[in-house]
Amino acid sequence: MVQTLIVADKEVDEIIAKYQGDKSALIQVLIEVQRQKRWLSKETLKQVSERLGVALTQIYHITTFYKAFSLTPRGRHSVTVCLGTACQVRGAPRLMDNITQTLKINAGETSTDEQFSLDTARCLGCCAIGPVMVVDGEYYGKPSRKEVEQVISAKEIET
Amino acid sequence: MPRLNSAANLESLRQQILNSHKGKRVVAITNGTDGRTRHSEVVFRALNDEIKKQGLVGKVAVKSTGCHGFCEQEPTVLIMPEEICYVGVKPEDVPEIVSQTLAKGKVVGRLLYQDPTSGERIIKESEIPFYKSQDRIVLGNNRFIDMSRIDDYIALGGYSALAKVLSGMTPQQAIDEVKRSGLRGRGGAGFPTGMKWEFCRKAAGKPKYVIVNCDEGDPGAYMDRSLMEGNPHSVLEGLLIGAYAIGAAEGYIYVRAEYPLAVENVEAAIKQAEDYGLLGDNILGSGFNLKVHVHRGAGAFVCGEETALIASLEGRIGEPRQRPPFPATSGLWGKPTNINNVETWANVPLIINKGADWFRSLGTERSQGTKIFSLVGKLKNTGLVEAPMGMTLGDIVFNIGGGVPDGKKFKAVQTGGPSGGVIPESLLDTPVDYEELSKLGAIMGSGGMIVMDEDTCLVDVARYFVNFLAGESCGKCVPCREGIYQMLKILNRICEGRGQEGDIESLQEIGETVRDFSLCALGKTAANPVLSTIKYFRDEYEEHIKYKRCPALACKELISYYIEPEKCQACLICLRECPAEAITGDKKVVHVIDQGKCTKCGTCLEVCPPRFGAVTKLSGVKVSEPARKTEVVRK
Repeated sequence: MVQTLIVADKEVDEIIAKYQGDKSALIQVLIEVQRQKRWLSKETLKQVSERLGVALTQIYHITTFYKAFSLTPRGRHSVTVCLGTACQVRGAPRLMDNITQTLKINAGETSTDEQFSLDTARCLGCCAIGPVMVVDGEYYGKPSRKEVEQVISAKEIET
Repeated sequence: MPRLNSAANLESLRQQILNSHKGKRVVAITNGTDGRTRHSEVVFRALNDEIKKQGLVGKVAVKSTGCHGFCEQEPTVLIMPEEICYVGVKPEDVPEIVSQTLAKGKVVGRLLYQDPTSGERIIKESEIPFYKSQDRIVLGNNRFIDMSRIDDYIALGGYSALAKVLSGMTPQQAIDEVKRSGLRGRGGAGFPTGMKWEFCRKAAGKPKYVIVNCDEGDPGAYMDRSLMEGNPHSVLEGLLIGAYAIGAAEGYIYVRAEYPLAVENVEAAIKQAEDYGLLGDNILGSGFNLKVHVHRGAGAFVCGEETALIASLEGRIGEPRQRPPFPATSGLWGKPTNINNVETWANVPLIINKGADWFRSLGTERSQGTKIFSLVGKLKNTGLVEAPMGMTLGDIVFNIGGGVPDGKKFKAVQTGGPSGGVIPESLLDTPVDYEELSKLGAIMGSGGMIVMDEDTCLVDVARYFVNFLAGESCGKCVPCREGIYQMLKILNRICEGRGQEGDIESLQEIGETVRDFSLCALGKTAANPVLSTIKYFRDEYEEHIKYKRCPALACKELISYYIEPEKCQACLICLRECPAEAITGDKKVVHVIDQGKCTKCGTCLEVCPPRFGAVTKLSGVKVSEPARKTEVVRK
């Protein structure tokens, strides 16, 4: 017997309704929930499991296989470094060093104050301006160490 | 929107659209993902505002287009019919463009592309050296099409190939035409498209499905995204023709998670095509139906493999499975399914319209047509290049790409993404087609071409790709999961200066095992970057292993930053900027890096004024510490 949820999240239910509770739309549902909530909590996963009738273990399997999903809370600001081949040969490893030193977190981590999350991307396909850093959707091509620090501290002030 | 019920309806709509475009000057701005990274949207808004301000509404049409190819110079603005091309346009340039060029047809010289060798300003886009030797049959239409307008595609003759097939060709005739054209899969493997269609058509079982593979995962490759963003209808039209030929009534477009604009544009395109009756039920009054869905990927490289992609579409994890059965007989939900890559689908309407003979006239004996490459890395002209098959690597890298910048020396070009190989300078005369590249231990792949200069370490490049693949292996089969990991361990060791005698041989042995025994193409090709770099750059591996030296001065653990005492002018810049506080010195006192504290971040090299050039990288030598407090030698 599946334990009933204490509080169902309305937004999650709305997304599920959009796909008419279709089981095969599981990944699409999770993508939208991830986008809206920034991460997938245990409660969210249970709700999706119950509503779509998909076993929780299957959902866990999927959310740990695909990189778009996060099972831990994400920071308010997202910093992404492209590690595509073009960026790699144009100096992405050094850019990454500069960013990890500035943020004091490693790739895949979120700062303890939940301000920043740092991620890597396989390729963002804007190879002409590489190496690329993306902060909250804004692209920065070949930023120097100074620029990295400026962008980050501007974000710190923002919140 | 009027619903089109016949080919004649479509033709009269086309005439209407063409009439409405008559006499107008058109200004097209590159506003795809690449352009947007350089604020093309601001320029686009400024163009619209300024046209209003200067009273040119109705006389000028503004188009927000996908990538034209020359990404390095974006945002670019193309003005037709004169074909005036402005590069690197900023919002502040817009008033002059509108008052001079759009109003009067006058050229603004300072915004034109300047040939770096001759210094000459070039007016017409087609005369820019980057474009001159290209043959842009597929990508070329991007510059004429507003990403959000189906009418622009129809104006160019769009959907006439579909009309031709529906009104006068049997499914078998359509397949035969594609077979005769010689079109081969542009996603990498190069399997003949017409033959693939025929297998699926003949397969027992219903319903049948058609799929567009836009899970473009190769790092450094983005041609599919540019087509999907800039000209989604060409892909849809190809898909429609394929679905008719195969006998499918449902199709899926699988788009990679990282491509939100492509998803947005193709979803809008589907809606528009449905409104016109070019998708959905009873298309052009022919009785043929096709429903198309968009599926967003969730970030897994292996999903580019067709059986993994199908698993992912079904809502499962993207694990490939043993083939046969091939998807043509047992694909989505176990039904006959045909998957082609974006670029392959986009070639189909051209073949139907212009004929198989025309298509065969482009390219080589065994590889027909053109191929789009993303030419990136260390070269002057980064961008998307469409060249006829058979053009030599050297022509692509040097004539189109402009060669390596900053006076550096060309070292190698890597083709085919993580599954591909590295090709050295001595083989640049190789014509690019499927067979020739395979012979060299590389592959055509999806068309990524990454140029590397003397500063790139090829052992590190091999490590980079193997690291990528280790993270992307789905883990289902042992050779791939364990073999790639073992290769990575050895490569890490070599790059960190802990390489051992016999490491090269171990890499070769493991590489061959992974290649021969893996389940899917990810594993089967995973050793290519390792085996090809060993084949052509073995001495570089040996330098790392025997002398703990990185000849390219790239592997962090094998290099030291060093300030040459005779060049240092004690300007204090590096000393202040060093984040590790590893530099000592003073006014008039030569600066010295404390090697124990140095984190090798490279800041000192970056900030040392070029006129001094005192900071260098060393590898394989012991760094001599100069006597403290040396007075500078003023020049």
